[in-house]
Amino acid sequence: MLKVVEINNLTVQYPDVKALDDVSFVINQGDFLGIIGPNGAGKSTLFDSMLGLYTKYKGTIKFFGEDIKKSKNYLKEIGYVPQKPIFEKNFPVTVNDVVRMGLRNESDENRIDEILQQLWIHELRNRRIGELSGGQQQRVFIAKALVNNPKILILDEPVTGIDQQSIELFYSILRELNSKQKITIVWSSHDLDAVNQLANHVACLNRTLFFHGESKKFFSDDKLVKQYSEASMQEHMHRH
Amino acid sequence: MSLEILTYSFMHRALISGIAIAILCSVIGLFLVLRRYSLFGDAIAHSSFGGIALGLLVGVYPLWTAYGVSIVSALIITKIKDRYNISGDASIAVLLSSGIAIGLVIIGFSGGFTIDIFSFLFGSILLVSVDDTILILSLTGAILIVILLLYRQILYSTFNEEQAKVSGIPVEKINYLIVFMAGITVVTSIQLVGVLLISALFVIPNVTAIMYGKGFKQTAIISMSFSVFSVVVGILISYVFDITPAGTIVLLSIGLLAGTMIIKSAGLLSKN
Repeated sequence: MLKVVEINNLTVQYPDVKALDDVSFVINQGDFLGIIGPNGAGKSTLFDSMLGLYTKYKGTIKFFGEDIKKSKNYLKEIGYVPQKPIFEKNFPVTVNDVVRMGLRNESDENRIDEILQQLWIHELRNRRIGELSGGQQQRVFIAKALVNNPKILILDEPVTGIDQQSIELFYSILRELNSKQKITIVWSSHDLDAVNQLANHVACLNRTLFFHGESKKFFSDDKLVKQYSEASMQEHMHRH
Repeated sequence: MSLEILTYSFMHRALISGIAIAILCSVIGLFLVLRRYSLFGDAIAHSSFGGIALGLLVGVYPLWTAYGVSIVSALIITKIKDRYNISGDASIAVLLSSGIAIGLVIIGFSGGFTIDIFSFLFGSILLVSVDDTILILSLTGAILIVILLLYRQILYSTFNEEQAKVSGIPVEKINYLIVFMAGITVVTSIQLVGVLLISALFVIPNVTAIMYGKGFKQTAIISMSFSVFSVVVGILISYVFDITPAGTIVLLSIGLLAGTMIIKSAGLLSKN
């Protein structure tokens, strides 16, 4: 099986806190990996490091066998959906404009139409992004992330602040992308139930890596889930 | 209004230069406004005051020294802002006050050259020479070409820096490029409205256009149209009634903004 991502001994030391401590795991092609952990567990730091936004880490991160500190080419294969995209509400861009920003081959106009239709937002294409609901905006950002046909989709707690109906639609889109289009998905979430339903692999992060493996193995082991919940709670209480 | 004024060659130069500057300020200004850098044009203009004073002191054409001082100051302040994590508004205040301070000290050394300084402070579009017009057209053309070539990268890094970085866009380089082009634009535009009113050309047509436009290109075109309208009508009115062009242009822009606000308040402006 092709290793898409290899993380070895990843340690991130901020001035006041160690955000990640000796984290190592592998993501294979076709994995739907749910990364779970409480607030402050290091999920966003892990993503920032993987995406090249934070570079002062120890250890190595490889995409397709290549160290990301040596080349930025891997970014072409990644679609990224941030937690809650920050932009000015009155920023004068339409849905079409936003998706086009992500398009590397600017002449490939048909691809924009195709992806908007796939995510059921084609009728919104001429609306300003700031006028849309949180759920609609999130679908637009998925469309932008997918417009270049990436091999990996990275999503950082993508359903924060979105209504339940939109969340269900969002999850069905993710499931389809992974099962039909074979896109490797790396997705961080607080929602253990959702991860249990969607992901085929899980990584439990609490600054250190508590568990990494098949999700059914983790979620079928009540003792393991309980241990993780208790450890997370203790760490959370300790921090606050 | 007599059409005779359109036959004067100085008026041709003024209108051609004015239209070029209107388009340039509106395009660069849109990116600055959306980056919450609305007063950056003002700050660069004030730093150019130091450059103008330096040019007058050493006997070099003041706009050349203004280009140098403004661009270098803008790039340095951007570097300091990034390195020491100073907020955007504070860095603008530093740039703005340091330019004026340098200008005042140089004027003090020289014993004063108030008449020359006056035309730079308030603009003198009816006095632009053929050489000035060629320079304005060349710089406008060059900057618009750069923006068209890097349109996606500039727009994306203005919209969301983090996502632009993840898409492989060299955001820091783009930011410096915007600052560099803003510096050139400001100094080029000084002849139209002067140091003191320059930010009006950057900000007001764009704030107005954002209320109308849905997409980015549409907003940019509306902004350019408002800007060109204010400049052309402002130059003609100011000549006919013998009033200052700079003030007239800016007041027309404000009139368009006020009219748009009234239309919007009356519910006659819908983006859907």
